[in-house]
Amino acid sequence: MDNLNFISAEIFISLSIMFLLTLGVFKKNSSNLIHNLSIGILLITGILILNNPFDKNISLFTGSYVIDYLSSYMKILTILGGAFVLSISTKYLKLFKIFLMEYPILILCSILGMMVMISSNDLMVFYVGLELQSLALYVLASFNRNQLKSSEAGLKYFVLSALSSGLLLYGCSLIYGFSGSTNFNVIGDTMNSINYGLTFGIVFILVGLAFKISAVPFHMWAPDVYEGSPTPVTLFFAIVPKVAALTVFIRFLYVPFLSMIEQWQPILIFLSIASMIFGAVAAIGQNNLKRLVAYSSIGHIGYALAGVSIGTNEGIQSSIVYISIYLVMNLGLFSCLFMMKRDEQYFEKIDDLSGLSKNHPVLSLSLLIILFSLAGIPPLAGFFAKFYIFKSVIEQSMYFLAIVGLLSTVIAAFYYLKIIKVIYFDDQKEKYDTDHSIWLRISLTFSTLLILLYFIFPSKLVEIVSKINII
Amino acid sequence: MTDIGLGHYLTLGAVIFTIGIVGIFLNRKNIIVILMSIELILLAVNVNFVAFSIFLNDLSGQIFTLFILTVAAAEAAIGLAIIVVYYRNSSTIDVEKINSLKG
Repeated sequence: MDNLNFISAEIFISLSIMFLLTLGVFKKNSSNLIHNLSIGILLITGILILNNPFDKNISLFTGSYVIDYLSSYMKILTILGGAFVLSISTKYLKLFKIFLMEYPILILCSILGMMVMISSNDLMVFYVGLELQSLALYVLASFNRNQLKSSEAGLKYFVLSALSSGLLLYGCSLIYGFSGSTNFNVIGDTMNSINYGLTFGIVFILVGLAFKISAVPFHMWAPDVYEGSPTPVTLFFAIVPKVAALTVFIRFLYVPFLSMIEQWQPILIFLSIASMIFGAVAAIGQNNLKRLVAYSSIGHIGYALAGVSIGTNEGIQSSIVYISIYLVMNLGLFSCLFMMKRDEQYFEKIDDLSGLSKNHPVLSLSLLIILFSLAGIPPLAGFFAKFYIFKSVIEQSMYFLAIVGLLSTVIAAFYYLKIIKVIYFDDQKEKYDTDHSIWLRISLTFSTLLILLYFIFPSKLVEIVSKINII
Repeated sequence: MTDIGLGHYLTLGAVIFTIGIVGIFLNRKNIIVILMSIELILLAVNVNFVAFSIFLNDLSGQIFTLFILTVAAAEAAIGLAIIVVYYRNSSTIDVEKINSLKG
């Protein structure tokens, strides 16, 4: 009998989902209560995860489920992202009359799926977790169901995501057939020679995963879905599933297939270079901020993948630091987006930011900090994130990857600076509302301060992450 | 008569899988066809898994198949629901007319 204490967080969150569903059915007008309860549930889940021993590798259910430092760290990141999304989305949902009790429950479901994905050490567990999170995300993307754009976003996301899970499953079947097991460790142990069946399987699974984190050339859904979904859901899409999928990337490539690094490294380098360049170039002509975020997130995923492609512990750590800082930066950017509201209407065009500095100096200052950080300008957090990636890339003498990365940073800086120019030097428009909720203020202050003051204690995050040793 | 071996099953799986993929990309008329193509892909994977499971003498492939069947049912349900929602808003499910998000 395995010790179920180690997965108390997962058990707690799944029981709470069922409890909240029952509560929502039997109690009228309970959406506010359920919303607040689910934030509390996420926090309790985080505490339960912190309660696990951190320095041990615990493997449960005959090795198919792993609790280690990597999984605990990424789960905490996922839960923090989810809690912030829930807490700042209330006002938007109320305005669009979609403040329903299903919304927090769906977010909880997909977070549960991601937690299973993050801890999975078996193709079967991984697949079930992946589907749990994507089924909830399909519904979330089309959550504003009376709006054409939102339902179209849901439809597009559903079709492409189902296709990608199909490709991923085909890869799973090939790997199962050619290695004889679905367990990551067993696959790694039984592999004796380079096998074309396994290589095909890896390629299919990488394609499926690249869809989920929207790496080029499998990015085509991202801009449409980001634009069409309700903004809180876009925020959720932009930060949380990427954390989970990146963990699966790391675990899947480094636990069973480390000895086949010559086979998968070129694929990852290609994905990374293509995403960096495309993310930088395609965002230039955009006017919609949500679409722009989609392209910029494609670019950022390219940098994170560059860290994964190296094949060393330092590479993985740098890419985890990158995704953590990326999460904070996007949280801040979206908090600013939620503040652009006037007369019961949200604005999401770059033109709407014009002359913001005259009316809202504090908001524009934090937007300036966040955008500079996204562009990677020192001494903000985004600079350090990119610095760690480039450092570990150059240590392995992969100069081409580093040069492409630096060049695309320069190109990407153009569109971030363009927004700053619009904010500070264009003609001013009408004022936006200033009656923001307390949570929105907290998340904007929190993320801006974290980005701004990161350079005072840069070793803290690195110290935490450096305990992640997967190889 | 030749014996039917693993290779035959894998070929069948690969053919069904390809038909599914091609069906998604070539189809320009109706979203329901895309839904059917997705089911085809998942079924091709099931054929693969069952064949491998028999030839490896290992049960976990068949267990995986059961999971896939369950998830495929859930996916079809959610997919149809999303299509209904979309149809209410746009009164068409023609693939070529799904283009309000562009740029």
